[in-house]
Amino acid sequence: MKHLFSIESLSAGYDGKVVLNDISFEVEPDDFIGIIGPNGGGKTTLLRVILGLLRPYSGRLDFSNLDKNEIGYLPQVAQGDTLFPVTVEDVVLSGLMINKRLTGRMTRDDRKRAAGVMEDLGLVPFAGSALNELSGGQLQRVYLARAIIGSPRLLLLDEPATYVDPSFEADFYEKLRILNNKMAIMMVSHDIGTISAYVKSFVCVNGSVHYHPHDKITEEDLRAYGCPIQLVTHGDIPHVVLQKH
Amino acid sequence: MGIFEYSFVLKSLLGALFASITAGIIGTYIVSRRLVFLSGGITHASFGGIGLGYYLGVDPVLGAAFFGLSSALGIEYLSERGKMREDSAIGILWAFGMAVGIIFIYLTPGYAPNLMSYLFGSILTVTWTDIYTLGIMSVILIIYTLLFYRVLLYVSFDENYARTFTRKVNLFKYISVGLTGLAIVFNIRMAGVILIISLLTIPANIVMLFTRQYLKIIIWSFVLSFIGISGGFALSWITSLPTGPVIVFVLVIFWLIARSVKSLMRRKEMSALSSGMIIKQISK
Repeated sequence: MKHLFSIESLSAGYDGKVVLNDISFEVEPDDFIGIIGPNGGGKTTLLRVILGLLRPYSGRLDFSNLDKNEIGYLPQVAQGDTLFPVTVEDVVLSGLMINKRLTGRMTRDDRKRAAGVMEDLGLVPFAGSALNELSGGQLQRVYLARAIIGSPRLLLLDEPATYVDPSFEADFYEKLRILNNKMAIMMVSHDIGTISAYVKSFVCVNGSVHYHPHDKITEEDLRAYGCPIQLVTHGDIPHVVLQKH
Repeated sequence: MGIFEYSFVLKSLLGALFASITAGIIGTYIVSRRLVFLSGGITHASFGGIGLGYYLGVDPVLGAAFFGLSSALGIEYLSERGKMREDSAIGILWAFGMAVGIIFIYLTPGYAPNLMSYLFGSILTVTWTDIYTLGIMSVILIIYTLLFYRVLLYVSFDENYARTFTRKVNLFKYISVGLTGLAIVFNIRMAGVILIISLLTIPANIVMLFTRQYLKIIIWSFVLSFIGISGGFALSWITSLPTGPVIVFVLVIFWLIARSVKSLMRRKEMSALSSGMIIKQISK
């Protein structure tokens, strides 16, 4: 199978400070990777490098099998201003901007496409609503719709379940599992116990990167990878218990 | 109607039209992006340019435009680079602009200019050149907004996400804040340094009580501003009161009416909701 993209000996960081040091790994078209690691370890930095938002100091990103506009992105929810006067439909449509010129307009087909994605994610009743009228779970579905409306081949998610109601969390991950039939997914999360039930493999990021090719990861593995994370999870969501809780 | 009255009415109507376009487009932008304090800073900083203009014997609006534009771009640059807290930079420029303006006017030999007309605005001091400038500014604002509507909307809403589809986020931020600075300055003679901020904030705030759609907010803020400014001009002409405060007075009345209408609508919605629940319970 051809790699979707690969990273070779890449180093990146901010203001001369190295956050990711000499990392290498490949992503396949059907991967569902959980990106884990301690705070400040470089998880979000890795996503920023892949998105082209951060220029690496050195190393190589091979995107010969993936176009930049085939990447969908769901940032941490806290970044959007929910009081800003914008409707749910407008936010979902913004996911198509990557394929448009700066003077680009939304066509009838674009709106149809937005309606289809909103239908899939149960957002149709909120199409004309403002973001501050939505719950955390609904808001996260809006951002997911924005990320997938362009039918990406790679979906990057940065702690997508942070503000999601636990009762909706399992449903959210199930939706990701279905999406994984059509696209590779890389998801930053602290909740290893929960995501173990959904991801196919892990990448442990703590300055360096360790690829773990299985959906089960133990404390011994993490210790060996130099990834000091507490393994806890919560609620009735299906998950692999890694530690008594 | 005599030629003076005809010219005055025409100037007032055109002034109201162009100021309303500014209020619609720039007002919606600054209220949505929570840049009201920045706009206050630009307005007051531009007073330094008015003083400098008088001192050098050039059109004070030119001086104000220079100060307004540089302070707008400077504040955006400093906050963008994280070199300084935005609110602190605004506070310093705010006070500095006022101080420079007053010092230069004090130093200007001969007749002291009518400061009140710059602080509170007066249609009597507005020249045809001002009207043409406002007209050109309005056309630029309309073209800019129509051409880049989607990008402007998304850059204002979530610039981090916008960076995933364009590298020109900073360029759009600088152009938008620069146009905000210029639009504010060109409206100073009519609305005044101290009161122009109300023109930019009150109409957009009124409309946002009823809709969260960006384009609708622009359009309805324009309509409300035009009614408010025209009404303000008429009242100011009849009562011989300064134009700026009268416009603010009219707009605040609109705002109070809108708040009352909104709370009435909410009460109606609540009572409809509770009666619906009672009917459901009875039918059970």
